[in-house]
Amino acid sequence: MALGAVYAVLFYFAVAIFAIGLAFRIRLYSRTPAPLKIPTTPAPVTQAGVVVRMAKEVIFFESLFKANKWTWLFGWVFHFALLLVLMRHLRYFTEPVWFWVQWVQPFGLYAGFAMVAGLAGLWVRRFAVERVRYISSPSDHLMLLLLIGIAATGLMMKYVAHTDILSLKSFILGLIYFDWQPIPTGPVLLAHLSLVLLLMIIFPFSKLLHAPGVFFSPGRNQVDNPREKRHFVAPPKAAGE
Amino acid sequence: MADFDTPDISVPIEIPTLDRGAMHHSSPFPAAPDHQEALGFPGELVDDWQSKAINKLGELLGKSRALQVYMDSCVKCGACTDKCHYFLGSSDPKNMPVARQDLLRKVYRRYFTFAGKHFPWLVGAEDLTREVLDDWYTYFHQCSQCRRCSVYCPYGIDTAEVSMAAREIMDHIGKGQKYCNEIIGKVHKIGNNLGLPEAALIDTLEGLEEDIEEETGVKVRLPVNEKGADILLVTPSADFFAEPHVDGLIGYAKVFHQAGVSWTVSSYASEAANFAMFIGSYEQMQKIAERIRKAAEDLGVKRIIFGECGHAWRVAYNFMNTLAGPFDFLDSNYPVPQHICEFTNDLIEKGELTLDKSKNDHMTLTFHDSCNVSRGSRMGDKPGGQFTIPRAIIKACCNNFHDMAADAINENTFCCGGGGGLLTDDLLELRTKGAAPRMQALKEVVDEHGVTHMAAICAICKSQFSKVMPKYGFDMDNVVSVHQLVSNAIVLDGQTANENAAVE
Repeated sequence: MALGAVYAVLFYFAVAIFAIGLAFRIRLYSRTPAPLKIPTTPAPVTQAGVVVRMAKEVIFFESLFKANKWTWLFGWVFHFALLLVLMRHLRYFTEPVWFWVQWVQPFGLYAGFAMVAGLAGLWVRRFAVERVRYISSPSDHLMLLLLIGIAATGLMMKYVAHTDILSLKSFILGLIYFDWQPIPTGPVLLAHLSLVLLLMIIFPFSKLLHAPGVFFSPGRNQVDNPREKRHFVAPPKAAGE
Repeated sequence: MADFDTPDISVPIEIPTLDRGAMHHSSPFPAAPDHQEALGFPGELVDDWQSKAINKLGELLGKSRALQVYMDSCVKCGACTDKCHYFLGSSDPKNMPVARQDLLRKVYRRYFTFAGKHFPWLVGAEDLTREVLDDWYTYFHQCSQCRRCSVYCPYGIDTAEVSMAAREIMDHIGKGQKYCNEIIGKVHKIGNNLGLPEAALIDTLEGLEEDIEEETGVKVRLPVNEKGADILLVTPSADFFAEPHVDGLIGYAKVFHQAGVSWTVSSYASEAANFAMFIGSYEQMQKIAERIRKAAEDLGVKRIIFGECGHAWRVAYNFMNTLAGPFDFLDSNYPVPQHICEFTNDLIEKGELTLDKSKNDHMTLTFHDSCNVSRGSRMGDKPGGQFTIPRAIIKACCNNFHDMAADAINENTFCCGGGGGLLTDDLLELRTKGAAPRMQALKEVVDEHGVTHMAAICAICKSQFSKVMPKYGFDMDNVVSVHQLVSNAIVLDGQTANENAAVE
């Protein structure tokens, strides 16, 4: 039970950091003025067009596709696989399990492998492509390592060292409903959970901010209509002058 | 000026292997104290420059969502690393857009993020040292703010915004660039980048009227400060005297004449280009934009039309309404502002111009999409009009036209190498190397399709190409204005037949 208590506290802590940190960042982005119209053109001339542009960007990674097919392939496979894996994981957080989560289940299993493959491809590029090697910081490598660690420990529980999934689920539901239950022990499960909690804590302080950032990028989310509709926010003050 | 080799364009340009520090020696002349102080910036590097710079960065982060989001969002994916013409031409890794951004981002991380404050080695954060500041001055003056990298970035991160912010910071600690700041001072004082006063302007345009009459037998006017004219033409001052710019100006005048509209230039706002964008200064940019508004009000015009100028058009199209608007005193039946290509193309579509294409038969044309028109503006009412409209004009005036390769035109276009405040002889090596991708794409169509001339709609592009094309084995007059082609082809009412009149 002591171990369960430690993980319960860590879980609440990580969720709080993740949610509050992200909320503050999103608030900062939304409150910072965009004084001028700077969409990268050709750009949509209507708000609906911007929604379509943004959808193509976040669903298909359109700009990245134009830029580099390998990076696009590895990056898109990783992100889409991660989405499937996350959806599949909802089965551990819901009772009864939502019907569409059931549907995702078989794909989610393969997605675990796709996720590792995508991440591995991205990591190989950090070493193999001189230009990407030049721009990589230790944190860029460690982020990939962290994600690969999460995916690998997850796959191990499915295919190597099975975990007691029923008691894990009751532990998680206990966290959600404040009815704390013991956590199943097992080094692989604990490693998996620890890495996920670490990722959540790092998220609001790292380059993972690209996730909310893309929606606030003026180059992508502005409507190209400066002649038709005057864009005006209070002019920036020349502070200190 | 150090000796340097012009890149080889006989073979397609490959992504270079990194040559660290290859362009470390290249930085522009610093602004003299006079140039700085005229714009309200400190004359020379201030004593507490480090804390001032960090404060200024903090201030800019609070004023620009773009800067804040772009500083946070980069994941170092590498998509942009092979997209910059200066990197492709120079092999210096700090000319990769992400590496250029990181010169500022590493300082941002060090002073404004949790990770950078506590674990700088982990996330590549660095103190703002004298070396870092010198790198800023060097490499943020190797960015022409052409936005090509932003097309390919999955988050739309625009290095132009980052280099503008860096230059704004440097101006505020007394480390400005001579070329830009001296020119901005001239606009404030005299009204144009060249420092051409009213009398000289009137004299020059009278000379052009005589030239046109001699060539065509038709009296085409180029009025200055004419109150009550319908249209205010705002054009880059290079159009008043430089080649091939001036041939474009003659083209605008003929089109206006044939359309039967009254128009004028203003000596007070005799400059379309707004160099304040290059230094990222909202205040300076606004002051220059307000000159155009004042000229329009004083002259009582109904419309504003901009001549062929890339960065000018970006500022005019995107920013002028914000900076100096609303322009509700103008005729709302026309876009404010309008591009001369939109004006001419409308007339062509309505069949109101008689164009003799054979007058351009001695040339085979291609078109250089200017970066700030392509990726920072629009023409017409549909996205991409900035690509189709100039081409439609060229095709209406010429029988022979071939586009360059798809990855070198439209939104993928390469900068000429001289944009963004770099069109100065102290950066000639940079300009030459940065032109390599464009020169290579041009060479392909020259070899395969017999292209003889490249048309452009930007004063900087035209000046830059005139200067660097000879280094690549082309002639300096292989670059032409789009309205020069119009000028050649247009048949004015009452024009005397003159088969040899075409300007090459």
